[in-house]
Amino acid sequence: MSDTQTGEGEHEDPSRRDFIYIATGAAAAVGAGAFAWPLVSQMGAAADTRAAGSIEIDVSKVEEGQQLKVLWRGKPIFVRYRTQKEIDYADSVDVASLRDPQTDDERFVPNFEGKINKSLLVMIGVCTHFGCIPVGEAGDFEGWYCPCHGSHYDSSGRIRKGPAPKNMVIPPYKYLSDTVIKIG
Amino acid sequence: MSGHSTYEPKYAAEKWIDKRLPIVRMGVDFMAFPSPRNLNYWYAFGGILTLCLMSQIITGIILAMHYTPTVGEAFNSVQRIKRDVPFGWLLQSMHAVGASMFFLAVYIHMFRGLFYGSYKAPRELLWIIGCAIYLAMMATGFLGYTLPWGQMSFWGATVITGFFGAIPVVGESLQQWLLGGYSVGNPTLQRFFSLHYLLPFVIAALVGLHVWAVHHVGQNNPIGIDIKTKEDTLSFHPYYTMKDGFAIAVFLMIFALFVFYLPEALGHADNYQRANPMVTPPHIVPEWYFLPFYAILRAVPDKLMGIMLMFGAIVVLFILPWLDTAKVRSMRFRPTTRRFFYIFLFMCFVLGWCGAHSPDDIAIPMGHGGMTFKWVSRVATLYYFAFFLFLLPVLGWVEKTKALPDSITKAIHDGEA
Amino acid sequence: MTKFSMKSVFVGAALVIGSLGVAQVSMASNAGGEHKMEHRNWSFNGMFGTYDVEAMQRGYQIYREVCSSCHALDHMSFRHLGDKGAPFYSSEYPNPNDNPVVKAFAKDWMVPDIDQDSGDVIERPGIPADKFPQIYPNSIAAAASNGGAVPPDLSVITKARTGGADYVYAILTGYHEAPHDFHLSEGMNYNVAFAGNQIAMAAPLSDGLVEYATRTVPGEHGGEPHVITPPEATVDQMASDIVQFLTWAGDPKMQARKNLGFATFLFLFIFSLLLFLTYKQVWKDVEH
Repeated sequence: MSDTQTGEGEHEDPSRRDFIYIATGAAAAVGAGAFAWPLVSQMGAAADTRAAGSIEIDVSKVEEGQQLKVLWRGKPIFVRYRTQKEIDYADSVDVASLRDPQTDDERFVPNFEGKINKSLLVMIGVCTHFGCIPVGEAGDFEGWYCPCHGSHYDSSGRIRKGPAPKNMVIPPYKYLSDTVIKIG
Repeated sequence: MSGHSTYEPKYAAEKWIDKRLPIVRMGVDFMAFPSPRNLNYWYAFGGILTLCLMSQIITGIILAMHYTPTVGEAFNSVQRIKRDVPFGWLLQSMHAVGASMFFLAVYIHMFRGLFYGSYKAPRELLWIIGCAIYLAMMATGFLGYTLPWGQMSFWGATVITGFFGAIPVVGESLQQWLLGGYSVGNPTLQRFFSLHYLLPFVIAALVGLHVWAVHHVGQNNPIGIDIKTKEDTLSFHPYYTMKDGFAIAVFLMIFALFVFYLPEALGHADNYQRANPMVTPPHIVPEWYFLPFYAILRAVPDKLMGIMLMFGAIVVLFILPWLDTAKVRSMRFRPTTRRFFYIFLFMCFVLGWCGAHSPDDIAIPMGHGGMTFKWVSRVATLYYFAFFLFLLPVLGWVEKTKALPDSITKAIHDGEA
Repeated sequence: MTKFSMKSVFVGAALVIGSLGVAQVSMASNAGGEHKMEHRNWSFNGMFGTYDVEAMQRGYQIYREVCSSCHALDHMSFRHLGDKGAPFYSSEYPNPNDNPVVKAFAKDWMVPDIDQDSGDVIERPGIPADKFPQIYPNSIAAAASNGGAVPPDLSVITKARTGGADYVYAILTGYHEAPHDFHLSEGMNYNVAFAGNQIAMAAPLSDGLVEYATRTVPGEHGGEPHVITPPEATVDQMASDIVQFLTWAGDPKMQARKNLGFATFLFLFIFSLLLFLTYKQVWKDVEH
């Protein structure tokens, strides 16, 4: 019950009074939240950063057993023309035994004819541990080795040994022609 | 500031001010603070750290007047500071070396607190604020190391921000939000500069709380017993200002040795190479003061586990006041715990040693192979956590401590302090 | 009180510094691979070491005639050559922009500029205030002209390599015939000091490659002029000279640093002694 103005004059309803307090508090919270949102949001990627999103790569210059390294969104993209030995090695693995199970085929995007070109491996050349760039033709699995904390990747870029949790990431890409791919 | 004030304003102006804002009284009482009379040189590091913080803030503000926080110009502007700005070489060197000296002093300060049980009641909050300062220092040190935009700056930033990517579900979005893009770049550098400028003032505020807390509960001392009479104490000034002053001058000589004669000894050659997102240096190492934590991170083969252990190593410091169950503060009266403490100290150095090397290299040769750094760091990591989570709680229960002196004054008289 | 004296602070500090030193040394020894890098007795080593001015001057000649066809000095301007402590400093010209030697060196280079009347991109002879020009328009052009390897900037090279001056010297003198069982890639050169022993840079120095001039220096205060006979331009001599120049280029304030360091130590010794005596005086009547 209201502790003051009882009797004559305006009667105050306690539930109404509480409602006003709660509503005021809620409005303040909403206002503070709305004000905080731009402050938090500004930290995210800016429009110009997002815009630098996609690139086209001419892969005709890559020769068998070689690797092209291109910068995309500040990260290197590996385009590797794999040898038959590397392809066979990647296929011979028992997928169920992998830390991040993926068949070699699942790591490719079909070209415009709907076929998979297993010679040409396209992936983000960034170790999934802490983002260093693995060294090619190194490590225990015919693939890559990350010098920072010792992760070994196989010839398909899949994690085989060391602290990294995931396979090296396949970026979104598509074939524009036989020799040109578009990333992003 | 507990206790009674000794300040008596003499002149009318002093009295006038004292009635309205007793700031002079505060200063006088601060300097006359009754301190235990048996404080040794290990207790000088509080003063040394204050000096370090002031030096870092002053040199930092000056360097910010000449530094350019963009990926194109950051590296060049640091070189310009060292070549063309009058005394720029000195200020840059003082700031870079100063960070190392700051950490050197804070580690000694922390080990001192650990040894004499300065985290025990009623000083738990004092210790926790100290841990918060240490955490803020680590953040500031990391952000600052990014600014010269060399190879180690870039890849250190990439690795450390990668920690956040390990958090399940939100990790990747969180990492992009922190970086302001898909990878470490210009937005990252600019926000790191802004935060690197801000955090030292947060540290200064925390130091204010830390000093407030120590003045409220009083300083601990090497024998760890409470002050009983006025006899047990000395006025902070001139007794400890002069003693600390001498210690500070000695510390400055070590500081000067590095600034003037070994300016690169604590740095890394790779950081004189401009940041290059296409090439990772073959051997990424953090600054020496992070090496023990880096070793803990790499001791575990799992990414998330490694990060959790590393942060856990700092979290245990925060809850230390409740882990140590002993009633006696100072390890002078806890002979068994003291031995385990020395092993702990040694293990911290071992972790630092492991952090500087590749995990798969041989650390201790034995026969054909040997023990790799990974395994050495596993042993040391195990001991680190066992010390806090097992040894301290258990020893507190079972250890038979030596008899405590009746008072500080008596201990000094008997030659025990 | 007495048992935890200053001695323990020193011991503690020494332990920490010592262990850091060990970490540094052990890291340095890892970097060079199999090859053991020789620690040479440079004139600039140690607390009182100074640069050898004559050697730095010869070093600049080598930079100009040999290195500068591929390597830039990103962080240097011509005027730096005439600063105090620099190779061509002259007390007659405290402002290096007036130094005729520096002016002549600057003029020897063409630097890009904008014509103030037409706005065209032009090249003009340098002046002391100009930066050393870039050799290549960008790093891609640099890599394309050099078999894929970008020639590194030399203004901080002795700082940017573990081993510093010793390393640069080791590289310059480390070219040998490759062993028979060593597979050398196309366009690469064998070098014992380089990680992996394959380096893209061809041996830059050979005996007698540059001609060191005999110089006549006017005597002090109008005294007899004396003739400076240069050493023979062997690979070792040239490598040592260019290292003197490049070490200065990477650390031009070394002399000022060491001088101020000495003064600082002198001050700190006296100051700490006074503080210690004050401390003892203040505590004289306190039992502790």
